[in-house]
Amino acid sequence: MKDASGLPRRAAQRRGHGLAEARAARAAAGAGAPSTAAVSAVGRGAAAAAGEVSRRGFLSWISAGWLAFGALTTGTLIGTVRFLFPNVLFEPPQTFRAGFPEEYTIGDVSTRFKDQFAVWIVRTPTEIYVLSTVCTHLGCTPNWLSGEQKFKCPCHGSGFRKTGINFEGPAPRPLERYRVALSDDGQILVDKTRKYQWEKGEWTDPESFLAV
Amino acid sequence: MLKQFFNWVSNPAILFSIFIVVFFFIFPPGEKMYRLHRRLKLDKLWTPVGGIVFFSLLAIFFLWGITDENFRLIVFKPDNIPITALLFLVPFFLWYSMKQARDNDLRAEKGEPPHEALDNEKVLVWPDLVYVEFICLILSMALMIVWSLFLKAPLEEPANPTVSPNPSKAPWYFLGLQEMLVYYDPWLAGVVLPTLIIVGLVAIPYMDINAGGQGFYSFRPRMKSISIFLFGFVVMWIFLILVGTFLRGPNWNFFGPFEFWDVNKREVLNNVNLSEYVYIFLLRTGLPKNILVRELFGILLILGYFAIVPGLLAQTVFKRLFQRLGVVRYSFFIVLLLMGLALPIKMYTRWLFNLKYIVSIPEYFLNV
Repeated sequence: MKDASGLPRRAAQRRGHGLAEARAARAAAGAGAPSTAAVSAVGRGAAAAAGEVSRRGFLSWISAGWLAFGALTTGTLIGTVRFLFPNVLFEPPQTFRAGFPEEYTIGDVSTRFKDQFAVWIVRTPTEIYVLSTVCTHLGCTPNWLSGEQKFKCPCHGSGFRKTGINFEGPAPRPLERYRVALSDDGQILVDKTRKYQWEKGEWTDPESFLAV
Repeated sequence: MLKQFFNWVSNPAILFSIFIVVFFFIFPPGEKMYRLHRRLKLDKLWTPVGGIVFFSLLAIFFLWGITDENFRLIVFKPDNIPITALLFLVPFFLWYSMKQARDNDLRAEKGEPPHEALDNEKVLVWPDLVYVEFICLILSMALMIVWSLFLKAPLEEPANPTVSPNPSKAPWYFLGLQEMLVYYDPWLAGVVLPTLIIVGLVAIPYMDINAGGQGFYSFRPRMKSISIFLFGFVVMWIFLILVGTFLRGPNWNFFGPFEFWDVNKREVLNNVNLSEYVYIFLLRTGLPKNILVRELFGILLILGYFAIVPGLLAQTVFKRLFQRLGVVRYSFFIVLLLMGLALPIKMYTRWLFNLKYIVSIPEYFLNV
């Protein structure tokens, strides 16, 4: 480092002849405001002259940089989180009318609302219940095989009986049922916001099926 | 007639059993098996003549197979081309490395140094290696371009969550995982076991402290390591990919290679949990209400598997290995091994006894 360029305090120290003098110089540098200002002014001027960055200049640059980086990161994070909540959701209504009970054949599984609302409507001699078309293993959509009277999942081979009870493949629990009731006009009303799980003993709930 | 025989052999329990037995004769894990392997002259498979015979048989089977319409349909499906290639490429590279290993083993028996030690013909990275890599790169690009031009990847109709293709197959490199998902609960087959595969691979250098055969191809000095690794790679990964590609059809049923993929194929699989076996078929009392009592036997079985089996193995099959590895290393090794072996065990119990889950607590999403 050149004598005059870098840090004047150390230069003074080096120029001084003894420890006492150095200490005095340091005290002088630290004591009065004018002298500190003078020192830093000299420092800044010298730094600019030699094309170097002073400590204070460096600190202000780096804090500006960190602030910018922080702002960018926060902005990205907010944007990402915002992305999880779309403006428009194309979701079919959770509650819908599924026609009159007479439209369903006794002993049949109706795939009428499978594509639109992802449910099967099953009518037995005594009741109507609504099964979810989501496989309880990993969420694929099983197919109703009328020849074998079972729902069979094409992904890992889970099989469910007409009641929704799982009996083959890896599915850990039966298909879920949805709330079903009769509306004022006599149509079947399916409410997908409320589900009934067999393993919790919820299929005995009077709202999980419709007695006909 | 012959086709029916192959369809019958392709039944998973039969095919998998044959494959495992043949595997341990070809890659013996211990000294006794190795002597048998040599006496049966199975090591001749790793000579050029053996290789030609093996690949000729494979090619003849394949060429004869594609005369059948159903076989042709599966093998030449654009999605399946990589797996058809894999059917030949994996055995070839296995053969190539094992050929070098056998040569070195024979040299070691005669007291000669391995081939690699003699080879003092050094080449430079630039230009020798870089040029070879550059040519490989261009050839691979050319292959990919031709591939993409000739094999179709058609756009299908817009995605519909209520329609799952039948069968729905994972990308080919994940078919082993998909097969695993048939036997295990998603959190085990999809999260725990894949993580353990990676952890196990990372742990290999810490488990394998055998200094024999380092730096050159060899089989005899490290046959236990090679046998265990290849069991995991060839039997439990490559084989399951092949099974998932060629033998799994509509409704995820098993189909022979010459069988028509009938969507309405009837397959009776009435899966039963261990608790149901015990309480309904054996004790005839009906399932108890208390979950812990219900699953007691399954829990005991699993605890026993991880608590008793390691000690038993350390006293018998792995006696020398246990002494060499020490308690800590052995414990990690054996837990990883037992977790790995849990898959074939579970597959067999499903195929033979229709056993669904050993511990089944759907109330808390815990099924093992």
